[in-house]
Amino acid sequence: MIDSASSLARLKRRIDALGPAASSGRWGLLSFGLAALDARLDGGLAKGAVHEVLPASGTDAASAAAFALMLAVRAGADGGPILWVSTDAELRRHGTPYGPGLAELGLAPDRIMLVTAPDELACLKVASDSIGCAGLAAAVIEVGSAKRLDLTASRRLALAAEKSGVTALILRGSDSMIASAAASRWQVAAAPSAPLAGQAPGRTGLSLSLLRHRGGARPFDICVEWDHDRTAFSEPALLRPVPAVAERRSMVA
Amino acid sequence: MRIMAVDEVALSLGLAPGMMLADARARVPEVQAVAHDPQADARLLDSIAEECDRFTPSVAVDPPDGLILDITGCAHLWGDEAGLVSALVTRLVDGGMTVRVALAETPDKARALARHGGELLRAGRRLSPNRLNEERAPYVPAAPTVGNLPVAALDLGEERTTALKRAGLNLLEDLASRPRIPLAARFGPQAVTRLARVLGEEDVRITPRRTPPALSFARRFAEPVAHTDFVLATLADLVREAGEELARRGEGGREFASRLFRSDGAVHALRIGTGQPTRDVDLVLRLFRERIDTLEDPLDPGFGYDLIRLDIPVAEALGVTQTDLDGNTAPAREVALLADRLGVRLGRGRVRRFAAGDSHIPECAGFTVPAHTPVLPLTAHRAAGDPPMRPLRLFDPPQIVDVIAEVPDGPPRRFRWRRQTHDVITFEGPERLSAEWWKRKDGGGLTRDYYRVEDRQGRRFWLFRHGLYGAEKPNPDWYLHGLFG
Repeated sequence: MIDSASSLARLKRRIDALGPAASSGRWGLLSFGLAALDARLDGGLAKGAVHEVLPASGTDAASAAAFALMLAVRAGADGGPILWVSTDAELRRHGTPYGPGLAELGLAPDRIMLVTAPDELACLKVASDSIGCAGLAAAVIEVGSAKRLDLTASRRLALAAEKSGVTALILRGSDSMIASAAASRWQVAAAPSAPLAGQAPGRTGLSLSLLRHRGGARPFDICVEWDHDRTAFSEPALLRPVPAVAERRSMVA
Repeated sequence: MRIMAVDEVALSLGLAPGMMLADARARVPEVQAVAHDPQADARLLDSIAEECDRFTPSVAVDPPDGLILDITGCAHLWGDEAGLVSALVTRLVDGGMTVRVALAETPDKARALARHGGELLRAGRRLSPNRLNEERAPYVPAAPTVGNLPVAALDLGEERTTALKRAGLNLLEDLASRPRIPLAARFGPQAVTRLARVLGEEDVRITPRRTPPALSFARRFAEPVAHTDFVLATLADLVREAGEELARRGEGGREFASRLFRSDGAVHALRIGTGQPTRDVDLVLRLFRERIDTLEDPLDPGFGYDLIRLDIPVAEALGVTQTDLDGNTAPAREVALLADRLGVRLGRGRVRRFAAGDSHIPECAGFTVPAHTPVLPLTAHRAAGDPPMRPLRLFDPPQIVDVIAEVPDGPPRRFRWRRQTHDVITFEGPERLSAEWWKRKDGGGLTRDYYRVEDRQGRRFWLFRHGLYGAEKPNPDWYLHGLFG
């Protein structure tokens, strides 16, 4: 009788050797900074791969962009440059990234370079060029409802990211559910934040929902908060007592 | 309707510029009139000026129909100045223009000689079949003396010219010998300055259309080249030569402009820019190839290019490039190269970095500048543990929203944006930002009261009331300036 355990192991090895999903550890993992979340993803998201972020609805686009940037900053934790690629139409619809706002979120505006393409095709060309540039730590690509970014195109981007080690985060519109070769796909919505004393809005709260994961993690939903001092995700403050607010809140004036 | 210009036949029939069209039609019923298009004329003059770039980089336009070229130091390629002038005139006359030309030591003297004394040169004579032989120039400029010019050459206007003629001064030599102070008293100081300039006593240099480049490398072809590969190979040669010269000087270039002169007079320009000064031949060639690939209309050589030139407008100091011991400059250089390539492909303004501004007005406090501009770093201005005070994305211009709020200065309770209503659950504000009254001419400006609001679903917005209720505006509007993450 064939030793099923060893033949199974051999079969697994052969399958692993076939696809790039096997070598997900080549560039390392990008952790969220939140133990519960990292545990569900076996350590974190793969660097040097393509991940997709979708907003749950049109008005959640800012939260989706924030999540993509947070991942990009964590991917380039050693200070590597980050590229943000967008199109004229997207910037008009959702607003331009604001430097002081990025600084307040701890997202290092001096590491980010903003490239605005005139249309979607040029944006995708820029995306493929930038993902192939090994000097970048991460690239956030805001394509909107890109119909051109289909399975073949995203597979090409994934292979390029695999080769260069750039973590690519594709921000799509909420109405684009196109099959793609991304390593993971997230849906992001804004989550109510724990109010500070005086009924003021608190820290950035996000409701994340993992839709797909190449590594085999099961889809799940989780609410997180972004801790900009540590540049890491944290448990939502509703589960913890509300932190006392400092005596004098410094206002930018 | 007045006649602006006539052709030879009309001239011979007695018609002249300045005559009324009705008079002209009365004299010569079959005269044909074409509408005067000054803009097309200006464009034609501009394109001729471009063509003259192959003779000298200092070309000035003398509207409506003249060009002044400063050929100091450029004449050695054609033997001497007369050779250059005859080559230029041959070119223009072959192209179908009628030319009046003069060569002199100062620009004003040359201009006066050309306009009022030069002979008219046109393509009336047959050229020898061997057009390459430009030493045997068929057109040799005559050298009229400036003294024989009429006083109209001073361009003082009708009144003064008539006054001069009435005083019996018809030629410039009459004026030249007279003392200048009485002339200034009688005919104005301008007459004396013009006289000095036209006689060549005062030398006021022209302002060229384009500043001459710091470095320039060119290849001339006896037989015009049309094949793109050969053009690229020539460009590569020129870039290599430029690299050697820059290395010799210890400098680098940030802008490289290549001009391809077609044999029929059209000029194509290819321009690339880099962020840091460079003399790296491969980098520059790669950027040129990117530029050629992204041209809107592909390069059309026509009958071929007979002059290919590479100009470096500004050369900056650049020492020997040092590499790290581990070769760690490679990734940073790759990113810089990517930024340069994208800048060449999309335009410099589309690759940007974030910069801080010295202002409390939000849209001036943070903005984007083209990459490679030195910037001050942005810092966050809030205590640890506080949520962000500034939004992630800013709308430019702010978007108007319908808000329900208490007057006079209550916070927003509910607002409507992009056809969706949002109920405000928590808010923080107002953060009062007044206008920069010291920068405004009227000394005023509306105060903005900013509110950080969160709606039921958890989306966070940055709203402001534009103007104080009652004090500044009777009914202030509300705007959405940005979205938080």
